[in-house]
Amino acid sequence: MTDENRLTPAEIMEHGQVVYQRPDALSETLTHYCPGCTHGIIHRLIGEAIDELGLKEKTIMVAPVGCSVLMYYYFDVDAVEAAHGRAPAMATGLKRTQPDKIVFTYQGDGDLASIGTAEIMHAANRGENITVFFVNNAVYGMTSGQMAPTSLIGQVTTSSPMGRETKLHGYPMRMAEIIAGLPGTSYVVRRSVYDPKTIRQAKKAVVTALKAQMAGLGLGLIEFLSSCPTNWHMSPPDALTWIRDNMVPYFPLGDFKVSDEVKALG
Amino acid sequence: MAKELWEGNQAIAEAAVRAGVEAFFGYPITPQTELLEYMSKRMPELGRTFLQAESEVASINMVYGAACGGARAMSSSSSPGISLMQEGLSYIAASEVPAVLVDIMRGGPGLGNIQPSQSDYFQMTRSAGHGDFHPIVLAPATIQEAVDLVYESFPLAEKYRTIVIIAGDGSLGQMMEPAEMPPMRPLLTEEERGDFAVRGKKGREKRIITSLFLKEPELEALNHRLQAKLQTIREAEQRWETYQMEDAEYLLVAYGSVARTCKTVIRDAQGEGLRAGLFRPISLWPFPYEHLAKAAEGKRAILTVEMSAGQMLEDVQIAVRGSLPVEFYGRMGGVMPLPDEVLEALRGVAFTHRPLQTGVESRYW
Repeated sequence: MTDENRLTPAEIMEHGQVVYQRPDALSETLTHYCPGCTHGIIHRLIGEAIDELGLKEKTIMVAPVGCSVLMYYYFDVDAVEAAHGRAPAMATGLKRTQPDKIVFTYQGDGDLASIGTAEIMHAANRGENITVFFVNNAVYGMTSGQMAPTSLIGQVTTSSPMGRETKLHGYPMRMAEIIAGLPGTSYVVRRSVYDPKTIRQAKKAVVTALKAQMAGLGLGLIEFLSSCPTNWHMSPPDALTWIRDNMVPYFPLGDFKVSDEVKALG
Repeated sequence: MAKELWEGNQAIAEAAVRAGVEAFFGYPITPQTELLEYMSKRMPELGRTFLQAESEVASINMVYGAACGGARAMSSSSSPGISLMQEGLSYIAASEVPAVLVDIMRGGPGLGNIQPSQSDYFQMTRSAGHGDFHPIVLAPATIQEAVDLVYESFPLAEKYRTIVIIAGDGSLGQMMEPAEMPPMRPLLTEEERGDFAVRGKKGREKRIITSLFLKEPELEALNHRLQAKLQTIREAEQRWETYQMEDAEYLLVAYGSVARTCKTVIRDAQGEGLRAGLFRPISLWPFPYEHLAKAAEGKRAILTVEMSAGQMLEDVQIAVRGSLPVEFYGRMGGVMPLPDEVLEALRGVAFTHRPLQTGVESRYW
């Protein structure tokens, strides 16, 4: 197409059909995420779900410590920044005093599965009516690639240079399975975002989890298997393949808890 | 309203209820547990939020969350529990949201014991968490004063968007005394909530409450703002009491329950012709330095009495800047000083710093 034939943005808006755009719940800004990181996809799915359910004006987001620490700049909703691991406790304080609002936390594996295990376990056990988006990329991303509680056996990281050894470091924690065992939860699933199919499945789960909170059904948690090309030292496509070939066998995708009330939401 | 007999912990809880607290998050620890127990019944009665958290770490972060939403929120604990809260306190201070915390101190360090102590003076006034900040710390000596200070603490926390700590000790928490409760204050309305509160962005721009400022100039600017606020608090919020200052030759300095012991000592000392007055700081931070210096003018010496190894002692020394001798008597490990011991210490101070004899004979003979 030559320059003369190219439509201007205004002409596109007038004559064309918009098929893909930034969700209204996301801010118009650049993100700091590395190329190929799947945080951006997960942000987008949450943004789309907030738009579809019309929740933007009543949502309060609790941001974690980790790579997504600055996510409050990327969402156009009210937000607070928690201390490392404490997001479920902050969310509890917010939701208990504002039960009519939608409160979600977004936490990485170091945040939720290591330093914040007490807070997530008890928030789940109390059945706090909040939604937890748990992003598992098997590594501490922000501090540049140390071993996480979800690092795979044998995985080489900057703090397990000989690979994760179970005798020394224990086993990768399957958080979704653990949390699903607590009666206070209504919806606990594991999804990924390594290909279009898994992304679509993840999107559905985000909508369901938020609907469950709207219906007051107790804690919902989605564990996302996410990539970290930078700290895995891989190209973005290789990192996506690595999720499928290495993470999924240990962290199976699926539904670990879908209460009857959640099923009834459709 | 007539005076009623109240246990300290329960009186503090009811005073907070009257003050309009909307949410209480806590964890059991002796000697403050009755406060939590009282709230567990009283708050639901009024349709307000009570939650026993899984730890003090969680309870202070629940307070943080509720406070970010503009709710009047509080927690209470005792020394080891406050240690666990220091992380959350630092975040609350940096985020500039209001919160009230009650510390019914017990003997330390470590697990220590459950007896009264004042050994967390440094923790509250100097190191309530990492970074440059101080909470307002108010130390009541009686249950009535505890009630009054708790009632004031919420508006004070909201006015400065800061943490207010009510610093008591195990004896104040556990003893019973007559006290008059203030009237029930109405809860905050939506309009009265601070313009920082995150309550969903309906009809306005989004709000972010964070303590993360990656660019140095931004974080330094936050620190300048915090320091300016602390300076305002220093100038406006110093509280203290003096007792029997007229003709006093010696000055006792003590706070909280120990100050009550000192009042007994002062009366006993008068019987043997030993004239001492009392300076009792009520605000431990901001410490009433100039007022203490003024009270110390013309005195022969100061005797600081604490249930610690001498923590407020350092503030007393700062206040008087070497202008007169500062002596110390303290008990540790949950031991309360008895009036006889303090009187003996006062006699010793009076002897050591007695007026010089004028006759040559008496000095050299």
